[in-house]
Amino acid sequence: MIPELGHFALILALLLAGLQAFFGIAGPQLARDRWAAAVAPAVAGQFVMILTSMACLAYAFVTFDFSVRYVAENSNSALPLMYRIAAIWGAHEGSLLLWIFLLGCWTLAVAIGSRRLPPRFAARVLGVLGLISFGFLLFTLLTSNPFLRLEPPAPDGRDLNPLLQDPALAIHPPMLYTGYVGFAVAFAFAGAAMLEGRLDQAWARWTRPWTTAAWAFLSGGIALGSWWAYYELGWGGYWFWDPVENASFMPWLVGTALIHSLAVTDKRGLFKSWTLLLAILAFSLSLLGTFLVRSGVLVSVHSFAADPARGVFILIFLCVIIGGALALYAWRAPLLKSQAGFELGARESFLLFNNILLVIAAATVFGGTMAPLIADTLGLPTLSVGAPYFNPTFLLPMLPLLALAAIGMHAGWKRGRLSEKRRGLLATLCIAVAVALAVAFGVFSTTRVLTPVGLALGSWIVLSSLIEPVDRWRRKLTLSRSVLGMTIAHIGLGVFVIAISSVESFTLERDAALARGESAKLGAYEFRFDNLTPIQGPNYDGVRGEIAVQRNGKPVVVMHPEKRRYWVQNSVMTEAGIHTRWGSDLFVALGEDLGAGRWSIRAQVRPLIDFIWIGAFIMGLGGAVAASDKRYRAATSVADASLSSAAKEPVV
Amino acid sequence: MNKFLLPLGGFALLAIVLAIGVKRSPEKSTIPSPLIGRPAPAFALASLTDGNRIVRSSDLRGRPYLLNVWGTWCVQCRAEHAMLLEVQASKLAPLIGLNWKDEDDQALEWLARLGNPYDTVLVDRDGRTAIDWGVYGAPETFLVSAAGIVTYKHVGALTREVWAREFIPRLKP
Repeated sequence: MIPELGHFALILALLLAGLQAFFGIAGPQLARDRWAAAVAPAVAGQFVMILTSMACLAYAFVTFDFSVRYVAENSNSALPLMYRIAAIWGAHEGSLLLWIFLLGCWTLAVAIGSRRLPPRFAARVLGVLGLISFGFLLFTLLTSNPFLRLEPPAPDGRDLNPLLQDPALAIHPPMLYTGYVGFAVAFAFAGAAMLEGRLDQAWARWTRPWTTAAWAFLSGGIALGSWWAYYELGWGGYWFWDPVENASFMPWLVGTALIHSLAVTDKRGLFKSWTLLLAILAFSLSLLGTFLVRSGVLVSVHSFAADPARGVFILIFLCVIIGGALALYAWRAPLLKSQAGFELGARESFLLFNNILLVIAAATVFGGTMAPLIADTLGLPTLSVGAPYFNPTFLLPMLPLLALAAIGMHAGWKRGRLSEKRRGLLATLCIAVAVALAVAFGVFSTTRVLTPVGLALGSWIVLSSLIEPVDRWRRKLTLSRSVLGMTIAHIGLGVFVIAISSVESFTLERDAALARGESAKLGAYEFRFDNLTPIQGPNYDGVRGEIAVQRNGKPVVVMHPEKRRYWVQNSVMTEAGIHTRWGSDLFVALGEDLGAGRWSIRAQVRPLIDFIWIGAFIMGLGGAVAASDKRYRAATSVADASLSSAAKEPVV
Repeated sequence: MNKFLLPLGGFALLAIVLAIGVKRSPEKSTIPSPLIGRPAPAFALASLTDGNRIVRSSDLRGRPYLLNVWGTWCVQCRAEHAMLLEVQASKLAPLIGLNWKDEDDQALEWLARLGNPYDTVLVDRDGRTAIDWGVYGAPETFLVSAAGIVTYKHVGALTREVWAREFIPRLKP
């Protein structure tokens, strides 16, 4: 009964989304304000229905209702409660429902937050969001209904994919999707502006907090996924350029370009058509990512439930949403004129380069991700694109971007002078280079050129970000939330760059075949394989190794890597032993049983690796702080939203 | 030309590539088995219904047969069961069941309750034989020729469509 209720609620949500889309788009277009007024109730109703639907699916999982096919396929009577909840988004059908639910949350938030906006504009934004929701609800109901019954019911379930039975992965999809779906809001604002045929600085100010918030979630979501891959897949890497990872990374890169471009549109009324295009692209790439993962077009270690019928539906949906938006763009964008100009060296020019370089970076990732598919389409031999392509092509635009970031945040708007900041910049650059050279050649004696370059750029960004806050603090001035957020995010970027440089340059790694009592040396560390004991979990059994680590003869830690066999799916999972000290990791994973008591054991020392994720989280935190600036929530009257791009001297 | 049309053009190109990709993706979803065209792996397994009877792969030589991997724990196997009864009714080839990692009493109860589509059910409790055959999930259905060569493998539940398209032409030359 309960699953049918969830199914029914989903159908009602579809109808309400249809109403929301129709009234929201047609109402303002035909100047029928009473139609537009019906949009907000439709949003609220749709949200309640989706929430009901989610709750019904959760109920089916919690109560072990194996008569529901999705529950039977993704849980088991031995699965702990926490993972039964996480199993809701453990496979295709439920993760779509999660997508829809999060879109519902964003839409509700926009409906509440847009009460100060001009009513027709707000109706259009919600109308576009309704259209997207309608498409996803229809997709779920037609091809991926999680509420279908199994006749007769299964005696027990097939269990959740053991890879997903992990705390980080339980929260990774909701966080990542919140970011993905959040770009729908920026897209909807862009759509509304194009439908209205008007885009001004006020528009950018309304769009900024939503975009920044979505970007912050996406940053956190990607970092969580990378962290999970690091300790759960047992290979010790943090990024694999897998199509599914790229699918989340491309919207992030374009989203990063978008938040910078929005700053220019907000402050100076420039880059209008470019900002629009980025807003369309960021969400299009999110949709494309969904398509690539779900349709089975690209083969990836992450892809589940590939189904061509779903592929056809998503493709049609992509054509309607993205094709429609781009057609509207081709029609409306030529009407947008920017009057003001700027000098080379002004902040606008730095942000222009930022945008160009980020879009190039996104394009290289896009090319590498799509190349196997294009080769396949043309009938060429199977092509596999990996780190040897991605690493250099991605670094090429990134290195200048990092240098520009350190300088650009001190450039003034409009005029190309760094004025009094020049001395601070030079001083921080000198310190950064000195530190980088000392670490790269003094402490580690590396031979790679990129090591000191990466370290210097990372440290420079951190130090340079601190100039302004320190200066303000000395003069007893306060920082606005948006400047503080920017500073935090840039510091996060610097930390991230330092960490990656360190891991890529100074990592020690060794695979050794060890019997009990034997040890392997790795730099100053010695890993001794002491013992192996059987273990028993709620839905798995396996072995746990005991590996004692010494540094220069002094004991450091005893590590316990595990190898688990999950019963129902009969799959083997590696739980690496990780010991963190000052953000650097000792990493040990159990490989294969080589017979005669010998095991292959992978040992790694990865200096500063945790700062990769810490850096990414700091970036996300910066975004959250910036999005909370009161300036974006200041009351905006229609009169204030003038078309003028007259250069008011801005604060930021 | 309007430069603002460029993004739309780029997207149109991409959509064409994706459309071709979607059209071709079903071909990719059949995982090719290295066994195709090779002799079927040898086995000697006890019969589920008669524990004293040992069936060897060599006993099955001389006419084509189907080998279906199943277990009572497998949801998809339940879904394909009705189709297997139809396969049995067609009398095109003997259907051998490989009861994979299952409990004998549960398997017998399943067959008693739902009907037995198999000519013989072999017990592969520790999954040895399934490993030899490269099985990575149930259900899977193999077609072995009279000469003992694996000629086709279907992964997932057998459907009427797959049966008509892939199996019947291979069984009725």
